[in-house]
Amino acid sequence: MPLHFELVTPAKLVRSEDVHMVVVPGTEGEFGVLAGHAPFMSTIADGALKVYKTENGAPEEIRITGGFAEVGDAGLTVLAEHVEG
Amino acid sequence: MASLKELKGRINSVKSTQKITKAKQMVSAAKLRKAQAAAEAARPYAARLAEVMASLASKITVAENSPKLLAGTGSDQVHLLVVMNSDKGLAGAFNSNIVKAARVKAQELEAAGKTVLFYLVGRKGRPVIRREYPKQIAHMFDTTDVRYPGFNEAERIADELVAMYEAGKFDVAHLFYSKFRSALLQEPTDQQIIPVPAPKAAAVAADSVTEYEPDEEEILAALLPRYLKTQLFGALLENAASEQGASMTAMDNATRNAGDLIKKLTIVYNRTRQAAITTELVEIIAGAEAL
Repeated sequence: MPLHFELVTPAKLVRSEDVHMVVVPGTEGEFGVLAGHAPFMSTIADGALKVYKTENGAPEEIRITGGFAEVGDAGLTVLAEHVEG
Repeated sequence: MASLKELKGRINSVKSTQKITKAKQMVSAAKLRKAQAAAEAARPYAARLAEVMASLASKITVAENSPKLLAGTGSDQVHLLVVMNSDKGLAGAFNSNIVKAARVKAQELEAAGKTVLFYLVGRKGRPVIRREYPKQIAHMFDTTDVRYPGFNEAERIADELVAMYEAGKFDVAHLFYSKFRSALLQEPTDQQIIPVPAPKAAAVAADSVTEYEPDEEEILAALLPRYLKTQLFGALLENAASEQGASMTAMDNATRNAGDLIKKLTIVYNRTRQAAITTELVEIIAGAEAL
């Protein structure tokens, strides 16, 4: 089952897609989010999100600053002030 | 009665004015589309953040040790009015409407014995407020060097506001900007931004099992300045769209008025020309008869 992942900046909706897993650099340590993750909220340290499109594929890195992650029934939503790449 | 040459000159000058207003109208229409798209693109972020803030705020009771941005300084003596204007004119009553709203609020607050300070964004609001409240302008934020005020500007404004707030320079901040309703209608709006009014919680009962990392209070403290930035950013975008909308309407009117004026002047010009010809003919005929 895929995980719905959204990356939003103040200027626009950067990503909205189904992926396998996203590893998020939370302020209290990295955490991976798969589909069906329990509801969760965390602030994010400035760093790179690792997006795994498929289970064994190479991750795609997106550098973000000023981020905040929310995991709910609808999937993972990352709010970031700035996004590179 | 003006001479034929003078009339011709006036008609030509009104014509070139009409050309300018027409061009400005078309530019505004194009920019309006862009500004509207930008405002729309900013909505998901603002909506999500407001949701998160609402669900967090509903879990925390405002107490002594809450973040100052949420709880306030405990007094409401000094009010800061953040007035957002554009840098360019030719937009009808757009700027003066915002300034008027701010002045009404300032008079109201002063009548209640409060101190009022101004923080001006954009160039067009400065002269009026400087004339009436010369000593009460805390800062003038310059947006002339950027083409489209964006998130970076919102960030800088928010940082300055938070720094001033933390230095105890003011207790309450209000934001004045123009809400974009349609190209024809822009609404000057007054909104309190500091202390941050808690967004209304709507249906947050379901996610009571959500885990927080770090805890709720720390997340809230981290999100408050961001929420402020988002609000300022939203206001900047709304303002930009409103400016273009107001400009479009104003220039449309101006173009139409110029057209009417040209019509009137042309009629006067033709009449004068006819009168001149008639006089000349009468003179020639009278001369011929006298022979």
